[in-house]
Amino acid sequence: MSESSYEIEVEVRNPEGLHMRPAMQFVDLANTFDAEISVSNQDTTVDAKSIMQMTMLAATCGTRLTIRAEGVDARKAIDSLQELLDQIVSDVSSQSGVGQKDDG
Amino acid sequence: MEIRKGIAVSPGIAIAKAMVIDSRDYRIPRRSIMASQRASEIQRVRKAFARAIQELDDIKSAKRIEESKISDIFAVHMRFLRDKSFRKRITDLIYKEMVTAEYAVSTILREIASHFAGIDDPYISERAADIYDIEKRLLKHLLGRVEDNIEHLRDEAVILAHDLTPTQTAGFNKSFVKGFATERGGRTSHTAIVARSLGIPAVVALGDLSSEIPPECQVIVDGNRGVVIIDPDEETLRQYARYAERVTQFVSELNVLRELPAQTRDGVRVELMGNIEFPDEAEQVLEKGGDGIGLYRTEFLYLYGGSEPTEDDHYHAYAETIRTMKDKPVVIRTMDLGADKMPHSSWHPNETNPALGLRSIRYCLQDLPMFKTQLRAILRASVLGDLRVMFPLITNLQELRQAKMILRDVMEDLDEYAVPYNADISIGIMIETPSSALTGGLLAQEADFFSIGTNDLIQYTLAVDRANEHVSTLFSPAEPAVLRLIRGVIQDAHKARIGLSVCGEVASDPEFIMLLLGMGIRTLSLAVPMIPEVKQIIRSVSIEECGQLARRAAALDSSRQIKNVLRDAALKILPENF
Repeated sequence: MSESSYEIEVEVRNPEGLHMRPAMQFVDLANTFDAEISVSNQDTTVDAKSIMQMTMLAATCGTRLTIRAEGVDARKAIDSLQELLDQIVSDVSSQSGVGQKDDG
Repeated sequence: MEIRKGIAVSPGIAIAKAMVIDSRDYRIPRRSIMASQRASEIQRVRKAFARAIQELDDIKSAKRIEESKISDIFAVHMRFLRDKSFRKRITDLIYKEMVTAEYAVSTILREIASHFAGIDDPYISERAADIYDIEKRLLKHLLGRVEDNIEHLRDEAVILAHDLTPTQTAGFNKSFVKGFATERGGRTSHTAIVARSLGIPAVVALGDLSSEIPPECQVIVDGNRGVVIIDPDEETLRQYARYAERVTQFVSELNVLRELPAQTRDGVRVELMGNIEFPDEAEQVLEKGGDGIGLYRTEFLYLYGGSEPTEDDHYHAYAETIRTMKDKPVVIRTMDLGADKMPHSSWHPNETNPALGLRSIRYCLQDLPMFKTQLRAILRASVLGDLRVMFPLITNLQELRQAKMILRDVMEDLDEYAVPYNADISIGIMIETPSSALTGGLLAQEADFFSIGTNDLIQYTLAVDRANEHVSTLFSPAEPAVLRLIRGVIQDAHKARIGLSVCGEVASDPEFIMLLLGMGIRTLSLAVPMIPEVKQIIRSVSIEECGQLARRAAALDSSRQIKNVLRDAALKILPENF
């Protein structure tokens, strides 16, 4: 692994999974980095900067994802994306948990 | 005249001419191009994307869509249109297969849509509707023809469709579109959400709508009861016109009515509770002047979560509901699904008769970890207000004892961890089978309250599946057998001095209110939009006349006669209602 390549494993913990608003936030954030960022769910690996590919990943609640970034700002990208995922979970639980699910 | 029952997703009554929209059945034929034309076809795709983005921007600003859920839908579409890898799949197809831009757009988007539709998670599978919507928008620009006649409506209409795309519903001109009815969709589909936020009555999941809807025919969409009537006869039309008028009037009278008690002319107080499915509906119960929640269906937690709900998923939903309701009672019904409907279960028994199979409390008693998870959450939330628990489909005392024993086990677990809960939580059961109705006296010894679930009680008593069109006319709450069972349950509950309510559909049927009151029911739990109307009925009658009516009905020997008597009585009391 080169110096500018980072990888983390995360679990999707918000009840509605990575879709709609969370997916948009994730893709938008990924697009702010120069690094190439990929997300893997088991055998499927997709581009974190594509909303289509991220939706096809079917990252429902409980899914374990591997996020990999390569490029000059790879480290920062990984840290920010992890922070966002934590943020999404805490937003959901501080609002109303699954009560907000009606927005699907 | 054709009457169809679906799921009411947005309240209100609409009566207008039908406008049938078919948004899926156009096929783009495969046409080949020459290698030299590839660049220009790819350019056409780019232009179509650019125009589609422009159009979405325009809709967004013109409609001033502030409602976050709708703007989320548009935001997702916008991101798809700006997604380079998405566009690349289309242009790659043009390049490799040498096909037209429209064929490539249609092929790739349908591929993606069917991929989404096949994913076993309602949040993702419902994204397929978004993809069809994007396809339609792109094709509109590629083909240069205006497909979307909804946006150009010049007369009032009710929209009938297989399924409506989110931007179609948002693009409606509200002054012409009076309501809509779709064959597909569910409570969480975009169509439903958009309809609610725009205040257009809507009924979804109607199944195959008649393909031969006469041109210019009238359609009634009853978003309160979940009924759609195609080509209604004059009598029905007249009734509904009055009903719609009443509903409109109620909206203005609501403020007055909300503060008034549901009390008969001779001063008997009736409790009106709401049936809800989602925590955010609790607010509506208060708005409509409800006294509490008599039936909180918890199935949505299991159906829409993507995985089995955790204890916290349950807890948050219950806590939000009870906080909204403050001191008012909230009755939580434990999981009431069949094994065939449990999305996360490995048990998919091949049942030839699911209505008589592993469902509801039976399923819970066999999957204790799942059942205990829900009970723990209910107990934890029980300290936040007047929370009560209700077990569905109890058929005998043994089952009730088992369920209560498990609840006590969970209490002991909580004691160990010093988690607070209400040890005196009120425990009730649904009476929805003939066996429980016939043994009400026994069950009442060990239950704190009964709630009569008329839909299942009728199905099991009359052996009729009302979704089966060949026998659905046999399904009637006015059958003497059903009324006798209900009467017995009321007597048993009164004798044992336990709580009693009716939470089936008859509790919101204007023709049955007087009968239920006359038989001794004092608590009704019903669809939230119907609360004001039922309250109005209660306030216009006296218990004495209700009792006379109940005695007359008891002496009659057929469903038809009983219905006529109930109808006459209702007409006398509230002529303007029918």
